[in-house]
Amino acid sequence: MHFRFSRSEMSLREKLWHVSWSFVLLVTVICSVGFLTLYSAANGNVDPWASRQIVRFLVGLVVMLAVAMVDIRFWMRWAYVLYAVALVLLIAVEIRGSVGMGAQRWIDLGFIQLQPSEIMKITLVLALARYFHGASYQDVGRPVFLIPPLMMVFLPVGLVLKQPDLGTAMMLTLASGAMFFLAGVRVWKFALIISAGLAAIPVAWKFMREYQRQRIITFLNPENDPLGAGYHILQSKIALGSGGLFGKGFMLGTQSHLNFLPEKQTDFIFTMLAEEWGMVGGVVLVALYTLILVYGYAMSLRARSQFARLVGLGLTTTFFLYVFINIAMVMGLVPVVGVPLPLISYGGTAMLTLLFGFGLILSVYIHRDIHIGRRGASDDI
Amino acid sequence: MSRDNDRAKIIGRRALLLGGGKLALLSALVGRMYYLQVLEADKYATLADENRINLRLLPPPRGRILDRNGVPMAVNQQNYRVLIVTEQTDDLDDTLDSLSNIIPINDHDRTRIAREAKRRRSFVPVTVRENLSWEDVARIEINTPDLPGVMIDVGQSRNYPLEGLGAHLLGYVSAVSEADLQASSDPLLELPGFRIGKAGIERVYDLALRGKGGTSQVEVNAVGRTIRELKRDEGEPGLDLNLTIDLELQQFAAQRLGDESASAVVIDIHTGDVLVMASTPSFDPNAFNRGLSSEEWKTLISNPRAPLTNKAIAGQYPPGSTFKLMTALAALESGSVTGDQRILCPGQMNIGNITLHCWKKGGHGSLDMVGGIKNSCDVYFYEIARRTGFERIAEMAKRFGLGSTLGLDLPSERGGTIPNRDWKRATLGQSWYPGETPINAIGQGYVQATPLQLAVMTARLANGGFAVMPHLARDNIEGVHAIARPAPNWADLGVSRQSLALVRRGMNAVCNEPGGTAYSIRIKDEGMAMSGKTGSAQVKRITMREREIGMKKMEDMPWKDRDHALFVAYAPESEPRYACCVVVEHGSHGGSAAGPVARDILIEVQKRYLQRNVQSPPEEHPVPQQTSHRHDPSVEEEGAHSHDDDEDEDQGNGDHG
Repeated sequence: MHFRFSRSEMSLREKLWHVSWSFVLLVTVICSVGFLTLYSAANGNVDPWASRQIVRFLVGLVVMLAVAMVDIRFWMRWAYVLYAVALVLLIAVEIRGSVGMGAQRWIDLGFIQLQPSEIMKITLVLALARYFHGASYQDVGRPVFLIPPLMMVFLPVGLVLKQPDLGTAMMLTLASGAMFFLAGVRVWKFALIISAGLAAIPVAWKFMREYQRQRIITFLNPENDPLGAGYHILQSKIALGSGGLFGKGFMLGTQSHLNFLPEKQTDFIFTMLAEEWGMVGGVVLVALYTLILVYGYAMSLRARSQFARLVGLGLTTTFFLYVFINIAMVMGLVPVVGVPLPLISYGGTAMLTLLFGFGLILSVYIHRDIHIGRRGASDDI
Repeated sequence: MSRDNDRAKIIGRRALLLGGGKLALLSALVGRMYYLQVLEADKYATLADENRINLRLLPPPRGRILDRNGVPMAVNQQNYRVLIVTEQTDDLDDTLDSLSNIIPINDHDRTRIAREAKRRRSFVPVTVRENLSWEDVARIEINTPDLPGVMIDVGQSRNYPLEGLGAHLLGYVSAVSEADLQASSDPLLELPGFRIGKAGIERVYDLALRGKGGTSQVEVNAVGRTIRELKRDEGEPGLDLNLTIDLELQQFAAQRLGDESASAVVIDIHTGDVLVMASTPSFDPNAFNRGLSSEEWKTLISNPRAPLTNKAIAGQYPPGSTFKLMTALAALESGSVTGDQRILCPGQMNIGNITLHCWKKGGHGSLDMVGGIKNSCDVYFYEIARRTGFERIAEMAKRFGLGSTLGLDLPSERGGTIPNRDWKRATLGQSWYPGETPINAIGQGYVQATPLQLAVMTARLANGGFAVMPHLARDNIEGVHAIARPAPNWADLGVSRQSLALVRRGMNAVCNEPGGTAYSIRIKDEGMAMSGKTGSAQVKRITMREREIGMKKMEDMPWKDRDHALFVAYAPESEPRYACCVVVEHGSHGGSAAGPVARDILIEVQKRYLQRNVQSPPEEHPVPQQTSHRHDPSVEEEGAHSHDDDEDEDQGNGDHG
């Protein structure tokens, strides 16, 4: 109790002292694996990918630490506003996309292309955390109480699906589901929704477009169309499987270097890594990711406020979803939906989103002893 | 505070559940990795090798076609072609538009390119145009930055340096059709722009000429671009094929035939080597290789002189009086007449209610066998045919190679017709009328033969009755190898030497005795003297009315109604070696239109092979000087007007009851 007051008004120095530097090191290690893999993907060149990725990482690192320094109550206070801004941006992109040339999913800020759907991954977690922050177990038990948060989820998911960005929609839905679960929504309600969803599959199939059905059919049996739709996944499995237990060696992956492997620097980078480093390399990477998850859980659960805990766990879950969907996708376990491998795939937006999220988790950890009242102001008394 | 603790407990418990679920899912990923990278590793390693190692076919150079002395008749030429890889171009049509600013690409090419691009994998190049000039190549190379996916390739294309000469023999090569692909499993056929023989020698010996494709194992990347070569097998080049044709003779014959719709064949009577097989007019086989425009094609097929037909083997003509040799032989062999039995020719003969005329008004008087042949007297042959019966004549003709194909190594050889009772019942459903025997016995009516068959018939008469068979390839071709032909060992036809000698004496008289139908065109150099037989085949029946208004001159008739002129001969008389047949369509009569050509060809072949000893065929024949015939210029002039066999048949069709 002694710390509570002092923590609420920590100096920058104190905050920096409380940053989990081992976590930052872990993130750096994983990103470095990414740099190496990108170096190999460019046949032993830092250009065009590794060098830029390093710059992005360094920018992201600064952003991460800056976010970590910001008081958790600030995020609590601004959660709905940020969510609203992200929603407006999402709608703006949707309108411009339909008016302009094709589906443009980003807003160009010059140095970076900002994807509202990426921002939404964070702001939705913040908004939901704020909503459930003051809710008691009894509140959460009331169905009416769940209507606003459900709306908060369905609006962006609907917009993202329209783009269509299946991967992001999946991540938003699943991360939100996890937060509902953590907030105490009764398990039978999940069971109800899931069974209703399963029952809806045949209906949904009827309304799906041909290319969407084709994707699912190809997912179930990629060998069906080895030169067309199934090409990516089949080539990915060939590259990965031919890597064997110990891999072909750094820079020696034949399938990726001969370009049989599509998108080897972005979505399919795990395949390239596993081709060159084998199952051993793959397992090590998964272990590193697991360590991040463990850190995320540990840091979040140490927090005193429900908001902080929910934000921390929600973002950790988002990170997990990146990892799982991407790796499962390249190994043919889920459809190819376009989710990058976190911290490793080439690309600035995902890197920034993830490091911003880690900044929030660090903030949760730094400000773990701050107690926040139901309305967001700190309960000083 | 207690509420907070409650919630902390709930979230702690649920976070644990959630975390457990995540760990389980991550374990599933590791399990999947184990399945793919350990359990299935071998399968995927194989697939990975199949991915990156590509077996490329190396097209073998097509074998050349040479004449008997090694002069090339069909060769390969460097061919610059422009290819397009559809995968490497953003928009096929756009790229073709830019390309068409440099070289012309017509709509026909465009549809073909679109079709091939669809059929093939997107990284397999499609041929846009072939036979580019060096300037075009340079201009395309300069513009390559604006032509994504366009590349220049040096291939080999077939070229026939002699153009029309020998085109009917060589045939041509052309693109592989869908049906060819179905019929053969040779992967070479799938190569873009690969050509196979579609006619003539190119087709018959296509497999030998084609050779065996080599392979090159190359490491490729995903778009099929070669990274490096791992292994190479050169394959086998196509066989250089020697023909029995003598190109200079062939050229001589073709020039001699000139613009006529005609053909000439020369064969070695012992070996069956075809030294000359000319058919005029001809066509340029190179046009087929580069692709014929529909206009060119129409011109070719609508030409009444049928340039695409090899008349030497596919032209079927009534043999006319040349067939009398068979009638004579059949009569002698059956014993229905002897050589010195004389038969009176009063100028016409009645058989049943039909009157048949001899070509010579007033008749020939009394003739023996040699006289009958020498004068080509129709009545003489009507009479011996009547005695012998056509069944026997037909049987003899068949023994001498008429009435069926001779198995020449060239496609589209036709068999001609030798009728008999069974044939007529089978094809016309009628029985044989006695009046048909004399008509057919002088080579009219149903009888039909090709120039090659007539040359073979003459060869068999000249070689002493052996069943020589013609061939065009110098060697036996087995698979892709040439094996020298064994010494000829033809079956004996079972005709007595005396009968053959008698018929040959008749043929000698035709050419070398004053009054013979070909005396005017004899070879005066005695060492090279020929023996032969004239013939003309009626195309249009001369009507009663025309006979009444006077003997109609052939020269006055339209070209297509005039008689075909035929001439068969062998030389040298003393020790026969070469048989020749010349047929000039609508050439009026054998003695004047076909005979001189045959004579000149026979002089030329003897000059080349029997006197100068140049590249002489297997056996050397000393040419003995012959003095049996004296030459009298005055008689020669007389013979020039000898009018061969205008048999005026007025068959029983009511007019002449």
